[in-house]
Amino acid sequence: MSHGLSQNPRFSSAPMHEPTGGSRRRPVVVIGAGPVGLTCAIDLATRGVPVVVLDDDDTVATGSRAICWAKRTLEIWDRLGIGQRMVDKGVTWSVGRVFHGEQELYRFDLLPETGHRRPAFINLQQYYVEEYLIARAADFPELIELRWKHEVTDLTRTAEGVRLAVATPDGATTLDAEWVLAADGARSPTRTRMGLPFPGQRFEERFLIADVRMKADFPTERLFWFEPTFHAGQSALLHRQPDDVFRIDFQLGPEADPELERQPERVMPRVRAIVGEDTPVSLEWCSVYSFRCARLERFVHGRVVFVGDSAHVVSPFGARGGNGGIQDADNLCWKLALVLRGEAPESLIATYDEERGHAADENILNSSRTTNFMTPKTRAERHLRDGVLDLAAEAPFARSLLNAGRLSRPCSLAGLSLQTPDPVPQAAGPRPGDVCVDAPVVDAAGRAGWLLDSLGGSFTLLVFAGAGAPDPSRLSGLPPGLRCVVVAGRPLALPGAEVLPGAEVLPGTEMLLDAEGVAGLRYGAGSCAAYLIRPDAHVAARFAEIDGQRVTEALARACGRSVTSAQEAA
Amino acid sequence: MMTASLRQGDGFAGRADAVYETLIRAHQTLSDEESAALNARLVLILANEVGDPAVLEQAIALARRSLRPADPDHARP
Ligand SMILES: Cc1cc2nc3c(=O)[nH]c(=O)nc-3n(C[C@H](O)[C@H](O)[C@H](O)COP(=O)(O)OP(=O)(O)OC[C@H]3O[C@@H](n4cnc5c(N)ncnc54)[C@H](O)[C@@H]3O)c2cc1C
Repeated sequence: MSHGLSQNPRFSSAPMHEPTGGSRRRPVVVIGAGPVGLTCAIDLATRGVPVVVLDDDDTVATGSRAICWAKRTLEIWDRLGIGQRMVDKGVTWSVGRVFHGEQELYRFDLLPETGHRRPAFINLQQYYVEEYLIARAADFPELIELRWKHEVTDLTRTAEGVRLAVATPDGATTLDAEWVLAADGARSPTRTRMGLPFPGQRFEERFLIADVRMKADFPTERLFWFEPTFHAGQSALLHRQPDDVFRIDFQLGPEADPELERQPERVMPRVRAIVGEDTPVSLEWCSVYSFRCARLERFVHGRVVFVGDSAHVVSPFGARGGNGGIQDADNLCWKLALVLRGEAPESLIATYDEERGHAADENILNSSRTTNFMTPKTRAERHLRDGVLDLAAEAPFARSLLNAGRLSRPCSLAGLSLQTPDPVPQAAGPRPGDVCVDAPVVDAAGRAGWLLDSLGGSFTLLVFAGAGAPDPSRLSGLPPGLRCVVVAGRPLALPGAEVLPGAEVLPGTEMLLDAEGVAGLRYGAGSCAAYLIRPDAHVAARFAEIDGQRVTEALARACGRSVTSAQEAA
Repeated sequence: MMTASLRQGDGFAGRADAVYETLIRAHQTLSDEESAALNARLVLILANEVGDPAVLEQAIALARRSLRPADPDHARP
């Protein structure tokens, strides 16, 4: 299937019948059906929250946009039941190579160990990602209303929430919402409408980005060239995508004329210079970009919450844009569901701003450092940059200075308000704020599975059983309703009875067998008896031993229900 | 927390003249452009030797303070 402009799938939706006067207030309306808005909708639906998604278009992303989706994003999509489809279609990679001219300077492996369900990255065209998310959203017909060709034209904040004016194929209408998620992209009309500045750094450099279809034997790796022999510019980047499509980025310099450079008769010779004259090649799509890094100062404005590109944009080196946006969705939706159910105060939403603002800063810092390295602006910068390139061939230290992209990694939320300070800072394993790491386990039915499949979704106490079963009297002091997952190195013997994996230590407890001992190692099970895991699979707290009181306090804090604030965490 | 500080005392242990001569000799036969390239590489190599970014910051601050006002690139932080 080709995805030229005319072949994209088109979607339609029945007219929206709103009772006049807007008497029916929707809990959540999402503006924008890009990857981030769609992920929000599905996440909220898995929590039973009804969502309306409004999109001004009726199709998926056109042309050349995101292709690299990180392990963390895949794990989030696994939780939402759509990870496998992405991985099945995508091409998997974990190795990057950096060349200077023809010489390979170094190679890096983003996931050098086994024992993880998901690879470091897959490459998958954004139009497939959106198509699969749309298909997944259709599994929740009672909860998700996807409204195509519904353009939000105005927004008013009211005492009870937000009123949206919407232009639909059947005329104008209004929609009342308790919460609005603005997922309307880098040019966010919502942002403009609310008069919010979007400060940042703009890079003058222009890049030609071309997707070409060809049968070629380039490895499934990220190939990056400084001063390539086949291209007169500063750098080039090549990625394999599904369907024999390759993404090639050519750095063109700040003077390049975007109109001229996107003409196929200019593009094809550049492509030919890489792939040779003999390989049949067709140009799928190309465009000339310049990039900026920018963010809103605050992501939460009353009941309007900005997610994805509307809140922050980065240059694409490092694949931090889309991947960052998916983590926004992951961070926000459980909080919103708790607030809507009255189980957490509305102030919990402020921690979305705290946590994802911190992540946006990290993404902007990394991607602007890469862009600065790639585009030296003065002679002195140029000398330093060239010095790094020339030294890197010989001296390992210079390879660490070489910056051809710092690829998206899950952001750590350590030290922020919801996390309980770490009582065992020396212990191995994720610290409070870190995202949980995967490990192979054997599940209740005796099947080989993955630890992450049992974490996330709701708050979970992850217990490492050590030599014996955890003392049931300790577990019974836990907050009522808290999910409990017990990982044991071998089938457990409770006093008086043997408990096999799959049996319950206590009602509601899931047992996992750590047959290979990997989970225990990765979580420092020797010094950590338990972890409190947030619904987004970040660690809220960890404990040297299980203590119902401490767990209860940590849970209240992680739900924004305790008065403990950022000052104490700092 | 104590941060490491830049050595401002004499670290040459009586070999200062030899060190200075070594630095000058490094630029022999080089054009100005090549010298600038060499200096950049030396800075990178020595920055790695120093390692600690805080010490490097102090070194940069000292260097910038010492720039002559007549220098066209002169700018105080
Ligand atoms: C060349 C390039 C390469 C990239 N590569 C990567 C990569 O490899 N990995 C990665 O993670 N990221 C990458 N990105 C970034 C990634 O594409 C974006 O971060 C991502 O698309 C953001 O998703 P979003 O849902 O926030 O916004 P968008 O995808 O922009 O979606 C916004 C949606 O809102 C709709 N909308 C706008 N206004 C209205 C309105 N008034 N009413 C209703 N609907 C509206 C739009 O039609 C659109 O569907 C790349 C970007 C570019 C340009």
